[in-house]
Amino acid sequence: MKQFVNIVADPIYSFPITCVLYYYMLKYYKFFGSKKFAWTVTLIAIPVFLIMMADPNFYLIITWPDNIPITILIVAVSFFTWYSIHKAAINDTRQEEGEVPVEATPENREKVWCWPNLVYTEMFAIIAGTVFLIVWAIVFKAPLEEPANPTWAPNPAKAPWYFLGLQEMLVYFDPWMAGVVLPGVIVVGLIAIPYIDTNPKGNGYFCFNDRKFAISSFLFGWLVLWLYLIIVGTFLRGPNWTFYGPFEYWDFHKVVAEYNVNLSEFLWIKFLGTAMPSNILVREALGIVLSLGYMFGLPPLLAKTSFFKELISKIGMIRYYITIVLFLLMFSLPIKMVLRWAFSLKYIVALPEWELNL
Amino acid sequence: MSKKGIADYVRETQVWKSIFRHGPPNNARNRAAVVAGNVFLHLHPIKLKKSGVQLGYTWCMGGLSFFVFLALTVTGVLLMFYYRPTAEYAFNDIIALREHVPLGIMREIHRWGAHLMVITVWLHMFRVFMTGSYKPPREFNWGVGVILLVLTLLLSFTGYLLPWDQLAIWAIAVGSNMAKATPFLGHGGPGAALAQIGDFVMVSDKNDVRFQLLAGRFVGEPALLRFYILHCVFIPLVVGVLIAIHFWRVRKDGGISAPL
Ligand code: HEM
Repeated sequence: MKQFVNIVADPIYSFPITCVLYYYMLKYYKFFGSKKFAWTVTLIAIPVFLIMMADPNFYLIITWPDNIPITILIVAVSFFTWYSIHKAAINDTRQEEGEVPVEATPENREKVWCWPNLVYTEMFAIIAGTVFLIVWAIVFKAPLEEPANPTWAPNPAKAPWYFLGLQEMLVYFDPWMAGVVLPGVIVVGLIAIPYIDTNPKGNGYFCFNDRKFAISSFLFGWLVLWLYLIIVGTFLRGPNWTFYGPFEYWDFHKVVAEYNVNLSEFLWIKFLGTAMPSNILVREALGIVLSLGYMFGLPPLLAKTSFFKELISKIGMIRYYITIVLFLLMFSLPIKMVLRWAFSLKYIVALPEWELNL
Repeated sequence: MSKKGIADYVRETQVWKSIFRHGPPNNARNRAAVVAGNVFLHLHPIKLKKSGVQLGYTWCMGGLSFFVFLALTVTGVLLMFYYRPTAEYAFNDIIALREHVPLGIMREIHRWGAHLMVITVWLHMFRVFMTGSYKPPREFNWGVGVILLVLTLLLSFTGYLLPWDQLAIWAIAVGSNMAKATPFLGHGGPGAALAQIGDFVMVSDKNDVRFQLLAGRFVGEPALLRFYILHCVFIPLVVGVLIAIHFWRVRKDGGISAPL
């Protein structure tokens, strides 16, 4: 059983599994958002977690002090994802039956006094937050390792957990993409959301039906890409950033034979059977054309499909182009992951001469 | 009103009346006065929609983010009394915090609080997205929020270096190495090699973005000072101003969002 989990946790399997689970979560969101589902999962998850904690390797990685926030994050995000879908399901059902969302009932539109209604809630939150922090601080000591030593790097050297999604992306992209361009795109993309999502519905209440496209795209980026990669980067990456299953001992000598090939090598050596051209632009021509085509050729092509035609009629051309470019950049990550696993593809464009690898 | 309790007696003293200029908040007039007359409470409207005060709607995550930010400010100031940002003292001061300071959990609260703030801010954004609260008229405030999110991460990141242990310098080394790869601005990034005129290299490891960030080519003492000032002074000030804007706009955009 543990062996099995160790194998399936490898991103090659766990990423597609996560995507499939995500798809079914949204497809059957009313079932997912039911209380029955939540109780069942909780009642199963607690004993499973306890059994897993009995494993020494798993125990070690979970209780490492700086990893505790991630366990809290996983629990909190699971709960709040369920909770918002739960509320969305209730409101959707109400709207299907011709009623208004819960937040819009006359009772909830009524104005109440700030004192005591809001002030007491805030006071409760402050007390709960204080108690939580003090208990956490007493139970877990803040970590402190050996004094800084610039000549000896620990292995693995990990960034703080909230950046481990980016560090995990380094497996698939060079630092200029994983550490600079993609984070920049995330920030710009987030700020752009209100300006490209012109759907007036779903403002001020939980729902899913009224804004299916917006919610499923956002949740994909947030749960399946961002959080999934953080979990992999924290719990499943050991020395040399090699994959280790959750119950696997971090053996420094684990060697993974990995031989990745660039697209240009595929083309010239394997496919055409010739030597690599000496002109670097000719050498990488296929990759360059593919990448440029992906970023600049696809958007006008996709604009012709019926799905996007409808979108364009709603949001206009400029918003469409911004949206689609953001989407293509977001999907460049899963595409690169799949290409790596399926074809051991290293770089689509490999121009180490210019430090430009894609 | 036959018997006066001790509370009523206190309320009638000159001292009490000089501080709180209104009676107990059990009628409409005083409830308005208590919120409007207090510098902290007056951030709130006097009356608000019921849907907006429910825990199930806001999850109080924005409020908790603010609370944790305040807790971090207080514990952070306490830590500054003990901590000197030099390669010689930094690590030992952290040890001393653990071993010689009575009831020494300030460092723990500060560290776990920093992690917690990242979590609450993420969850707050998640809630705001799920209720569609970024839609007009709140587009701008969503943008302010995204900047706050980035600054929260940077606050946490700059603080990570200060204990000056192996965990700290290597985590920062990993993070700042990414800056090296910035297109055109980092010496290891695409385009940097183009910025070369004859023998003159415009972007090198002695002037690129990573050098600016670390005040050096590696994580050394100048980086410690730089991160210390960013962490304790510069970023908190910017965050404070942005939070003020954020709260102001929540009010000006019509309070917590509700169905139109
Ligand atoms: C330091 C970080 C932050 C603090 C202290 C903060 C604080 C708050 C508070 C107290 C509220 C009132 C409602 C509530 O509690 O939910 C609020 C509302 C709001 N926040 Fe934030 N926030 C922060 C970060 C963010 C981020 C990252 C975003 C989004 C990207 C954001 C977007 C918004 C929006 C759009 C509202 C209005 C919500 C509504 O009307 O329903 N904030 N914020």
